[in-house]
Amino acid sequence: MVLTLSPAHLLLLFAVSALLSTSLAFQSDELLLDDEEFGLEGGVHTKSPDLTYTRSSSSPPPPPTATRRRPSDQDTDSKIQFELHHAFGDSDFSPAGSFSARLKSWSHGGQTLTKLRFSRNAFTEEEKEKFSLLLKGDDFYSIRLPSSVTNPPGRDYVISSVKARCLLREGLDEHFVIHTDGVNILAVNYGSPGACPYPRQLRLPSKWSFNSHTILKNSEQAPRAPVFAEEIFGGEGVEGEVVPPQERSFWAKYWMYLIPLGLIVMNAVTQAMNMAEEQVGAPSAGGQAQQPAAIQRGSSSSVRRR
Amino acid sequence: MAMSMAVRAFLLLLLFLSFTNLSVSLYEDQVGLVDWHQQYIGKVKDAVFHTQKSGRKRVVVSTEENVIASLDLRHGEIFWRHVLGSNDVVDGIDIALGKYVITLSSEGSILRAWNLPDGQMVWQSFLDGSGASKSLLTVPTNLIVNKENLILVFGRGSLHAVSGIDGEVLWTKDFAAESLEVQHIIQPVGSDAIYVLGFVGSSQFDAYQINPKNGEILKHNSAALSDGYSGEAILVSSDLLVTLDATRSKLVIISFQDGEINFQQTSISDVLGDSSGTPVLVSSKLPGVFSVKVNGAVTLIRVTVEAKLEVIDKINSVAAISDAIALSEGQQAFALVQHGDGKIHLTVKLSHDLSGDLLKESIFMDNQRGLVHKVFINSYIRTDRSNGFRALIVMEDHSLLLLQQGAIVWSREDGLASIVDVITSELPVEKEGVSVAKVEENLFEWLKGHILKLKGTLMLASADDVAAIQEMRLKSSEKSKLTRDHNGFRKLLIVLTRAGKLYALHTGYGQVVWSLLLPNLRKSECEFPTGLNIYQWQVPHHHAMDENPSILIVGRCGRGSDAPGVLSFVDAYTGTEINSMDLAHSISQVIPLPFTDSTEQRLHLLIDGNQHAYLYPRTSEAIDIFQREFSNIYWYSVETNNGIIKGHVLKSNCIQEVVDNYCLESRDIWSIVFPSDSEKIIATVTRKSKEVVHTQAKIIAAEEDLMYKYISKNLLFVATVAPKGSGAIGTATPEESWLTVYLIDTVTGRILHRMTHHGSQGPVHAVFSENWVVYHYFNLRAHRYEMSVIEIYDQSRADNKDVWKLILGKHNLTSPFSSYSRPEVVAKSQSYFFTYSVKAIDVTLTAKGITSKQLLIGTIGDQVLALDKRFLDPRRSVNPTQAEKEEGIIPLTDSLPIIPQSYVTHALRVEGLRGIMTVPAKLESTTLVFVYGVDLFFTQLAPSRTYDSLTDDFSYALLLITIVALIAAIFVTWILSEKKELREKWR
Repeated sequence: MVLTLSPAHLLLLFAVSALLSTSLAFQSDELLLDDEEFGLEGGVHTKSPDLTYTRSSSSPPPPPTATRRRPSDQDTDSKIQFELHHAFGDSDFSPAGSFSARLKSWSHGGQTLTKLRFSRNAFTEEEKEKFSLLLKGDDFYSIRLPSSVTNPPGRDYVISSVKARCLLREGLDEHFVIHTDGVNILAVNYGSPGACPYPRQLRLPSKWSFNSHTILKNSEQAPRAPVFAEEIFGGEGVEGEVVPPQERSFWAKYWMYLIPLGLIVMNAVTQAMNMAEEQVGAPSAGGQAQQPAAIQRGSSSSVRRR
Repeated sequence: MAMSMAVRAFLLLLLFLSFTNLSVSLYEDQVGLVDWHQQYIGKVKDAVFHTQKSGRKRVVVSTEENVIASLDLRHGEIFWRHVLGSNDVVDGIDIALGKYVITLSSEGSILRAWNLPDGQMVWQSFLDGSGASKSLLTVPTNLIVNKENLILVFGRGSLHAVSGIDGEVLWTKDFAAESLEVQHIIQPVGSDAIYVLGFVGSSQFDAYQINPKNGEILKHNSAALSDGYSGEAILVSSDLLVTLDATRSKLVIISFQDGEINFQQTSISDVLGDSSGTPVLVSSKLPGVFSVKVNGAVTLIRVTVEAKLEVIDKINSVAAISDAIALSEGQQAFALVQHGDGKIHLTVKLSHDLSGDLLKESIFMDNQRGLVHKVFINSYIRTDRSNGFRALIVMEDHSLLLLQQGAIVWSREDGLASIVDVITSELPVEKEGVSVAKVEENLFEWLKGHILKLKGTLMLASADDVAAIQEMRLKSSEKSKLTRDHNGFRKLLIVLTRAGKLYALHTGYGQVVWSLLLPNLRKSECEFPTGLNIYQWQVPHHHAMDENPSILIVGRCGRGSDAPGVLSFVDAYTGTEINSMDLAHSISQVIPLPFTDSTEQRLHLLIDGNQHAYLYPRTSEAIDIFQREFSNIYWYSVETNNGIIKGHVLKSNCIQEVVDNYCLESRDIWSIVFPSDSEKIIATVTRKSKEVVHTQAKIIAAEEDLMYKYISKNLLFVATVAPKGSGAIGTATPEESWLTVYLIDTVTGRILHRMTHHGSQGPVHAVFSENWVVYHYFNLRAHRYEMSVIEIYDQSRADNKDVWKLILGKHNLTSPFSSYSRPEVVAKSQSYFFTYSVKAIDVTLTAKGITSKQLLIGTIGDQVLALDKRFLDPRRSVNPTQAEKEEGIIPLTDSLPIIPQSYVTHALRVEGLRGIMTVPAKLESTTLVFVYGVDLFFTQLAPSRTYDSLTDDFSYALLLITIVALIAAIFVTWILSEKKELREKWR
């Protein structure tokens, strides 16, 4: 089903669908028709607005929107939609939801995906049963996406799996990181947003609804090797490196000389003081005191000899 | 002014370098103390003897490793050697003018002349051609045109006549238009013309008669072969060729006498009698005789003048037949080699008279050398004026031996030039009671040695003493002991060569301890056997005294990756095969698991081409251990051609007719699909499984901060390039070439980091250690090679810095690490220019991972450069702060320095360098490095110097004497003081 709609129709459709869905499920209140781009370059901004947050409950999913083309004045932008499939353990893949994104064509020929939105189908009763089995067996819950969004599935599907027990929080928390290169999806990393340490406990979810987080990631630009062309000629940089050592204080630079010098000086001073003391005491007491001492010593030795 | 500035800058740089002292260089007298170097040439393809009466007797050989070497015939030593690149395959070799070695290489497009005595290149010619064809080199002995000796070369569909003196191309005749598949170029004796003989298509024979002066075609004859031909044509005489027809049931004799081509067909069964098996013509040049090999038996057939065939001899179990060589009286002789009861039998016969043998010798041969593959003979005049013969034989294990007078004169282990894989094994533990006696016996020697050393230290040694000290240091018997040492320097290097032979080399001097030609790769049912890898199978720790470790050798029978595998288990101490297995499945991956059974055999998982997993050893105990960890085993596979990386887990037992508990099915749990129009996988690197990381924390003193390394064993580094940029450097513009690097968790398939280098291309060489990757590539914009580093840090543990949290236990440092947790990682990266192109990169490994790391870079000059990891630190900045400098951060420069002293290989070259392997010693500071290519090199490295041990030349005697002197002095002074006190008391 491919429909071509004018903007007015589009608005109408969304208003209607919003009315229909607000009562049943949370929908992002983000305005769809704005044209400002959210930066998707690099994947560093984890908290950037390209992280869409969707919550679906066990209500019937919103009607699938068809692939449309925007009017001619915004020819470089096109809407695109691709499906998410899931599998329980060894089972075959079945549709589980759909991503819609805007494909922006750049003047230089490249195309990038922006403004990813995700709508997840809620689990049917059968799927709930299968998932419970996975939880009991600590088995894998797998998802897959086409490797090319323009002509799915591209060369192959990109698959990602997680132990089903890892998804369990209050409800079911899931986190998609989709690595793209233009219109191609390289890989999808699927898992829980938090930690999932090894002895995984068996719990059953209290409510069967998904909290979905999605991130689009593009390749980062590698840092270039530094080029110091000016320094080769100027020699300024080498000169500049000499300056910081001169900022050190006098003490910091010469403490190893100053301390011994100080010790020597102190030593000399104390010695000088001792000398002075002796010299002061010598003329008054020296003559008299030494004489009796000598006599005493002489007498004692003479006594011993006897 | 500028000059003085420059000088100052230079001095500062020098000062800076001398302070940092990053290179650990060695002194001249330390060369050879811990390192050894062995030179090889590879399996000999062709040999030309040069034994003139005067001068050295030598043989010039070309090998499968593209080496041209001149060997001493007396000792087998290399006079000179040239290693041509891997894309410069030697096609032909000959001696011209008695003084030049002529080589033809690169599919007949490069002709070189080397001076015979010293191996200097005399000239080199590039021969252009338009087509592709077999290349032939012919050096006629008596073809002199305009006083120049001609060399005839057929290559790339053209015939070239090249002057032997200066390599000038005199004329060229293009045969590419005729699509001639050339078989022979001959110049019959007494004829002025050159004949070019070959086939066109599948059933036409052409003979061209060419004027040697200008390359004009004098005559051209062609005739159709009714039954086609197969294989090559053998030139029997100057006007007769022999070939087999397409069904290999008839012998076709082609005579092209006087410009007329005649065919004569004879059924093989008529000549040989009834025989089954496919006949093969043996390509040995024998005059008037050719030989057919059927089922290992060789029949020699003579072609008479009337082109009749005459069976002259039938010899069973012939291993090799040499070409005929001319003897003095116009006779020609050839050699054939047979095997029998542990000996080889060399027979030399005259080619016109096969009844008598000129020489018959039996030589005992080590059966680990296998069969004789090739034989080349050479004659000499004996003292009694009769003809003597020497034979150069090439064995199955690629070794080269010279036989003369019934003995092996010398042998060369040239199989070691083509090492496929290396592992190390510990030596046996020293048994008590052995070493003590030995020490006592040599006590005098020991003392003498130390006194010599003492003299050396005190500078009292004479020149003779110095030489004795040096010799003693080099030849210490400690080094080559076959027992474990305290520091873990002595080990066995177990190498697997392309010939399917295992060698155990001792790290002391590189001597071969044992060797084994793997029996299950030699079986007749195993076609194109290839040895793949070696693994540690059993390393006994509990019973190290009485049990030997064993190794697992994984091989494959056949060329494709789907060929069935073979396993061999070999005792690492004795080199005997304990067990072997022929597998029904192929082997695409071998995963050593981190579990061992009660006998300490390591569990291995072998993955076949259909993604089935097989568990070895096949014991019930192994399966019990395995079942416990069943759900925790993950692995990945890289489909390079497809551009897909997949992750797998085990699912269930194989669904087969026969129940096999050891066969397991797998399923894919993740996949990464690289877009085929923009990315192509060129390199994947993982961490070494045995690497030890000392600490997860990295202290950043400058910011008083702490970072946690993201250390996971399951990280994979992948580099992809744009398909246009995957060719050689220079084939793509910077705009259409880019390099993307990935860090992937192989359990969940998560891409942890992804980064693009625009305007760059491969080849990429990378090494992954701890939490960092260093990789080398080419930057097309800067026209230089670059090296980049990526370090990844774990942010989820980053807030564990609060002391209070640690005290109260509110930290997550002990929480288990899981790949399923969403990682919060930060990657830091920096790039630098690097001058050299690189052949291999590795990193030093130490026992506890405390010692700082050095990168070992195998450069294009076949040397190994040690580069401190600190040069590749993403935190380097142009002006580091004082705190950063104290931490050891080097100011940022645009290129990585190459310090001449930091070459690990010092003055030596490891020709044809292919790989570097590092093994930790028991001593934390030291790591053992083994470098292999055509040559082998081994050394010990201490990246942060040997801080934990005394050096080898530490003088224990001096220490002892000092202690003795001190004790004596204590006694003397004590006695003196006693006496003095006594005297004092008596006063």
